[in-house]
Amino acid sequence: MPAVSHQIALKRSNGSACWWLLAPLERQDLLAYVLLFPSLLFLGVFVGYPFLFGVWLSLSNKLVGHEGSFVGLANFLANWESSIFRQTVRNTLLYTVIATILRLVFGMALALLMNCHFRLKNIARAALLLPWIVPTALSTLAWIWIFDDRYGIVNWLIVHWGIAKRGPIWLGDPTLAMMAIIAVNVWRGIPFFGITILAALQSVPEELYEAAAIDGADRLRRFRHVTLPSIMPVVVIVLLLNVIWTFSDFQVVHVLTRGGPANSTHVFSTLAYQVGMGAGRIGVGASIALSMFPVLAVVVLVVLIRMGRRD
Amino acid sequence: MIDRGSRLTRVLTFHVPLWGFVLLTLFPFYWMLVTSLKPDRELYNVAMNPILLREPTLKHYRLLFEDTPFVRWTVNTMVVAVVSTGISLVCAVGAGYALARLRFRGASIIGLIIFTTYLIPHTLIFLPLAQVVHMLGLANSLWALILTYPTFLIPFCAWLLMGYFKTIPLELEECAMIDGASRLRAMWSIVLPLALPGVLSAGIFAFTLSWNEFIYALVFLSSPETKTIPIGVVSELIKGDVFYWGSLMAGALLGSVPVAIFYSFLVEHYVGGLTAGAVKG
Repeated sequence: MPAVSHQIALKRSNGSACWWLLAPLERQDLLAYVLLFPSLLFLGVFVGYPFLFGVWLSLSNKLVGHEGSFVGLANFLANWESSIFRQTVRNTLLYTVIATILRLVFGMALALLMNCHFRLKNIARAALLLPWIVPTALSTLAWIWIFDDRYGIVNWLIVHWGIAKRGPIWLGDPTLAMMAIIAVNVWRGIPFFGITILAALQSVPEELYEAAAIDGADRLRRFRHVTLPSIMPVVVIVLLLNVIWTFSDFQVVHVLTRGGPANSTHVFSTLAYQVGMGAGRIGVGASIALSMFPVLAVVVLVVLIRMGRRD
Repeated sequence: MIDRGSRLTRVLTFHVPLWGFVLLTLFPFYWMLVTSLKPDRELYNVAMNPILLREPTLKHYRLLFEDTPFVRWTVNTMVVAVVSTGISLVCAVGAGYALARLRFRGASIIGLIIFTTYLIPHTLIFLPLAQVVHMLGLANSLWALILTYPTFLIPFCAWLLMGYFKTIPLELEECAMIDGASRLRAMWSIVLPLALPGVLSAGIFAFTLSWNEFIYALVFLSSPETKTIPIGVVSELIKGDVFYWGSLMAGALLGSVPVAIFYSFLVEHYVGGLTAGAVKG
């Protein structure tokens, strides 16, 4: 009896006028739906609906200021006929594969270095994260000036060290411009790989190394048979996330080359921007952006399956 | 002899690559600083070593502050980042709590939907989203960003907070409820305070993510005075083929400094959040 009266007393104590309004929220499911509603509203209005609307746009001939009408797959077929679009597909794949591999290699090296004890470690870590923290568009601006053919540091070093009489016009040549884009992307992406792999390295139990050492495994063997298998799940997830981010990247290419020279360095997103916003051909632009969907869908699915398996 | 040899090996295999990484990482920022302080006659002097700075000048900064709406861009960026982070945290605390601690029908599918939206890149939907923003009458207003940024902030924060909520023992809440506290009360005064470090991490993340966002701001805003720093610097200081290099680098540096300072105070939380988000998932 005393317990019950105690409970009643407590309930009365927070019993204001809106108590009746809040009472249904004591039911778990109702409370959950109320708590989730704002998030789902945002995602529905600004992600779900735009996605479906984008599918419709890609199947239409909508221009800025005009109503579009349904044209079926005409945009996709026309894209495939266009040499710029084909170049864009090649660029995006090249960009994604090379940049992701380089990010992984350098990120892994960085993580292994950072896993040692040394002085000034905190300062080094803070400094190494900077490219990942600051706005990409702004750091990419500095890279344009680094690559500048007349006043940039790269060409100054080339001349100064006697490698060549004149440095190349980095952003004016399709191949070199693509290399520059990849370099900037890798520079920006190394910290994320480094820090996440470092966290994985530090969570490998010390006993595993001790056991391996007792069994007479040398450093290389310990790395192959203890370290790698332990950090693999993290590496794979980080790798997949980076594939998604690089494949759909916009900023580095937009700021560094705007897809130039002569549309030779476009990736899907910058071409979609140029066609959809620049030329106002929204239907075609949407179809270019949506061309990313198949690859993204597969990678996202793999991420979801792997994350699901770990839970 | 052996000692000296092994020290040399350590320098070559450890210190050289490590500090090489640091040098490469920091060089672009040094380059921004040096360029922003150089008078034009040094900037455009082929004979001079470009790393050096002889007669520093604040001329480029003056141009940035007097002839461009840079201050306005900073205020805009700040307002958008703070408000959208606030909205996102409120939503994400609710969503994270519900997904981590409540049992209801559709929990796993809703969790899956929220996680999947985190993986959807902006560039996939920016064109239709621009149309939606236009239809809602938000084009060219900061509201366009304040209301669309939560779409990528909420999934990330909710995901991160879910992890934090799961680490808080259920018994704590149950005890409070046995003592007569309502579920809302238990959530507010028991679970939430314990999850505050997580909320802080999520907040830092959300702030830097919205500070750095580029394509939505580029597409939704067109008049110079509504722009954010990254868009303003890139679009207003490059006129056709003319680059105002000194002021560009001044703007790039000043636009990077606030996030860098913000995060350097909270680097432990930041790394904690980064790894919690990316590793523990």
